Amino acid sequence: MDAILQPLETFFGSAWPAVWALVKIIVVVAPLMGCVAYLTYFERKVIGAIQLRVGPNRVGPLGLLQPIADAVKLLFKEVIIPSGANKGLFVIGPILAIAPSLAAWAVIPLGDGLVVANINAGLLFVLAVTSIEVYGVIIAGWASNSKYAFLGAMRATAQMVSYEVSLGFALICVLLVSKSLNLTDIVTQQGQGMFAERGVGFLSWNWLPLLPMFVVYFVSGLAETNRAPFDVVEGESEIVAGHMVEYSGMAFALFFLAEYANMILVSTMTSILFLGGWLSPVGFLPDGFHWLALKTAFFLFVFLWVRATFPRFRYDHVMRLGWKVFVPITLVWVVVVAVWMMSPLSIWK
Amino acid sequence: MEFSTFVFYFFAAVLIFAGLRVITARNPVHAVLFLVLAFFSASGIWILLSAEFLAITLVMVYVGAVMVLFLFVVMMLDIDFARLREGFWKYLPIGVAVGVLLTIEMGLVLVGAFGGKEMPAAAATITSQSKPFECTSNICELGRVLYTDYAYPFELAALVLLVAMVAAVSLTLRRRSGAYADKRIPPEAQVVVRHEDRMILVKMASEKEMSEEPAAPTGTRSGGTQ
Repeated sequence: MDAILQPLETFFGSAWPAVWALVKIIVVVAPLMGCVAYLTYFERKVIGAIQLRVGPNRVGPLGLLQPIADAVKLLFKEVIIPSGANKGLFVIGPILAIAPSLAAWAVIPLGDGLVVANINAGLLFVLAVTSIEVYGVIIAGWASNSKYAFLGAMRATAQMVSYEVSLGFALICVLLVSKSLNLTDIVTQQGQGMFAERGVGFLSWNWLPLLPMFVVYFVSGLAETNRAPFDVVEGESEIVAGHMVEYSGMAFALFFLAEYANMILVSTMTSILFLGGWLSPVGFLPDGFHWLALKTAFFLFVFLWVRATFPRFRYDHVMRLGWKVFVPITLVWVVVVAVWMMSPLSIWK
Repeated sequence: MEFSTFVFYFFAAVLIFAGLRVITARNPVHAVLFLVLAFFSASGIWILLSAEFLAITLVMVYVGAVMVLFLFVVMMLDIDFARLREGFWKYLPIGVAVGVLLTIEMGLVLVGAFGGKEMPAAAATITSQSKPFECTSNICELGRVLYTDYAYPFELAALVLLVAMVAAVSLTLRRRSGAYADKRIPPEAQVVVRHEDRMILVKMASEKEMSEEPAAPTGTRSGGTQ
C-alpha cells in the first residue's frame, strides 16, 4: 500500500493531506450513493413481496436497472421554483437535507481502523450532525410558501426535537457502559466479556444488557428519519407530501436520497452501538466488514418490513410515544445502568 | 501562514459577517438562519482550540434544538416592518447608550482577566486538586473538573435550569373550561380499547324460517358505545 502511495505523495507535495482526505471521502460516499439507489429497489421489491406483488421487473433483468432509470428521469426533469417562494432558501433546503446525512459518515467506522476520521467524540459528532438534519425540512417547508409544506415543516420540527431526547438518553447508556465516545472503542468494548471469551460473542454485545435502549434507539431512529409509521411529516394522504410538495426533479431527488442515506446511517449506528459492529457473532468466524454490512442490511430490512406492516401513527400519538413513553423509560434506564455499573454485579469491569 | 491560522480567519470572518447580518437582515427568518451560521462558525473556532466537546455541544444544543424552536416561533410571526421602524430614531439614544455600556463592560472583563498576561493555554487552566485518574480526552477532563472542583456550582446551575423548566411547563399547562372543555380522548384509553368494548357480534341464522304469525323484529343488533 505504501509503495503505491509514496509516488503520489511526492507528486502532490503539500496538498497531499487534502487530496488523501478527498479520496477517502469519495471512497465512502460513492458506494453509499450506490447503496441508496439500490435500497429504493430493495424497498420496492420487499414491499411488493409482502403485498403479494412482483415489484419493479421491467427495466433490465429482474428490474435491476430501475434505480438508474429513476435517477436519469429525475435528473432530466425541470426544477420548478414557485413564484411566491423564497428562491435562495428554496434551493438551500434540499442541500441542507442531504449534507448532514453524508457528513455523519466521516466518523462511522466500517472496520477496525477503517474510518475517515477517528475522533474521540465520534458519538457526539453523529448526534450533533443528525440533529441539524431537521433544517433541510424546515427551510424547505417555509421557503415553498405553501400551506402543506409549512404544515410538514411544523410537524418535522416538533417530531425530530422530541425524539432526539430519547435518542440522546439511549446513547448515554451506551457511552456509560463503554466508557468512551469513540465509535471504534465502543465496538471493541463489545468484544470483551464473559460470553465473548467462551466464543459466543453475540451475547456480550450491548443489545442484551441494554435491551430497552436498543428498542428505543431503533424506534426513535425510525421517527428521526421520518419513516413509516412515523411519516407524519410527509403524510401523503393528509398533507400530500409535506415539505416536498413544491419540489421537482433533482431537488426532490435530494430529499429522497437524504431519507435513504439516513436510513442506512441509523441502521449502521444501531449495528455499531448495539450489535457489535464488525465483530463476528461467534468465536470461530473471523471479524470483518461483511458482518457490519449484514447487520446493517438486516436493520434496513426491518425498516421496510415495519413500513409495510404498520399504519401511520396519528400525530398526537407520535408525540405521546416520544414524551410520555420513551423519555421516562430512557431516564429511568440511565439511572439503572449507572447504578448497575457501580454495583458489585457490574459486568463491565 | 499556517493552515490553522487560515481556518481561524475564515471562521472568524464568517462569524462576524453572520453576526452583523443577524441584526441587519430584514426578514426575521433570515436573521435566525444567520444566527445558526454564527453558532456554527463559533463552534468551528472552538474546535481549533481543541475544545471539541464544547464545540459539538454548541451545535447539538443551540443549533440542533434551541434554534429549531426559535425558527418555529419566528416562522409563525406576522411582522409589520413599518411599525417596527416607527420608533427607530426615538429609541436610538437609549440603544446606543446600552450598547456602549455593554462594550465597556466586556472590555473591562477582557482587560482585567487577560490584560498584559499571556493567554493561558487551554489545558493548563485545568488544575484539579484531586486527581483520582488520568484523562486523555477533553470530555473526561471536563467531567472530572465539573464533578469534583465545581460540583456545587454545577448542581446549582442544574437546579436553576430545573426551576426554569418547571416554570415553563406550569405557565403553558392550563385546562380549558366551559364550552371548550377538554374534548380530547386520552390516547391511553384508546390504546387499551378491545373490540369487545365497541362492538357486539351476534350470531343468527342467515334466513328466517317462515312462521305463521308475523314475526316481531328479531335479532338484537346492539350498537356499540361510542
